[in-house]
Amino acid sequence: MANQEIRSPLPGTFYRRPAPDQPPYKEVGDSLAKGDTIGLVEVMKSFHEVKSEVEGKVVKFLVENEDPVQAGQPLAEVEG
Amino acid sequence: MPIKVNAPGLVTTIQDLGRPGYYHLGIPISGAMDRFALRCANMLVGNDEGAAALEAVFMGPELEFTEDAVVAVTGAELTPKVDGEAQETWTSFPVKAGQVLSFDYLKSGARAYIAVAGGIDTPMALGSRSTYVIGALGGVDGRPIQPGDMLPVGQGNGQSGLSVPANLRRGPGSTAELRVIPGLYWHRLVEESQRSFFDDTWKVAPECDRMGYRFRDGTALKFVERTPPFGAGSDPSNITDACYPYGSIQVPGGTEPIILHRDAVSGGGYFMLGTVISADMDLIGQMQPHTPTRFVSVDMDAALTARHDRASQLDAVRSALAA
Repeated sequence: MANQEIRSPLPGTFYRRPAPDQPPYKEVGDSLAKGDTIGLVEVMKSFHEVKSEVEGKVVKFLVENEDPVQAGQPLAEVEG
Repeated sequence: MPIKVNAPGLVTTIQDLGRPGYYHLGIPISGAMDRFALRCANMLVGNDEGAAALEAVFMGPELEFTEDAVVAVTGAELTPKVDGEAQETWTSFPVKAGQVLSFDYLKSGARAYIAVAGGIDTPMALGSRSTYVIGALGGVDGRPIQPGDMLPVGQGNGQSGLSVPANLRRGPGSTAELRVIPGLYWHRLVEESQRSFFDDTWKVAPECDRMGYRFRDGTALKFVERTPPFGAGSDPSNITDACYPYGSIQVPGGTEPIILHRDAVSGGGYFMLGTVISADMDLIGQMQPHTPTRFVSVDMDAALTARHDRASQLDAVRSALAA
């Protein structure tokens, strides 16, 4: 099965951790269930969780922590 | 008949042309951030230009219609879908009772206006249906729409298939240019900073919202030395409290300019270096975070000419849709 992508619903700044002093939500190789959070997008002074609509294993992240992202931009690749 | 909110999007609010007349009392003018787009959306569905519509920022809501309707989406390129089938933006289209209106990912711009024939018919507050979230005024209980809300719609008389000609639509370029009249407390800046403000390319900060649009990545501004006047405090970017005009640019600490927009506070103690011209205020509402931005210095004559051009553009839309 082809790899699937998780996209950002919003433009903003992408973060992989819930807080600077905490570990990332997901690492490459972690398994992922539908509804799992993979990161945050910050915009308009608030943080929005990006949730997976697919399940599988995280193959790689396509953007770095704190990168600016566009709406619809792929953030991570998931092996189904 | 009401529209059911299945999902609200990020922050979707009811907005019309706003509630002018109370700013001196600390109640902002509110209303659509891109008023040209709101007017166009309303015209497309046969409403008064100032009828209330939904303003969705960055992400569209999911709405379920309980009665046949005519809808138009303008402003940001946020493709509407009726039961999953993509529709044109800037064009009126029918939605049947029981169908669901949802949206694709944002392609460009920031705020989409979703007008429904008959207009959103929530109660007026101080002469407007606009939502002022901080003051819990207007809209649905003074807040953004939420799942389960039933949005009342007035009696409509819309026609599907109307379209704003492509050359009359307006969106920001990849580098936005905002025209500014320097003034107000401009004299507080040293000459070097008066130049760098206009020479630098700034970037929209993620903190941009309906109250103000913040910019970063430019050179920090330096101030003329002074003895602080009574009440101003020691920070050189502070002033003795004054009125804040809509569109004025304040730079707290001299580092990040903030353009006050529709939900701005009306007074405070930060110096302002000038004001964005009225013709460019709509454009700000369509700027995404990280958009590179240049400020362009203009005089009052240029500002009035630009205002006249904007009015002509709106007239051209009126003629095109009346034909």
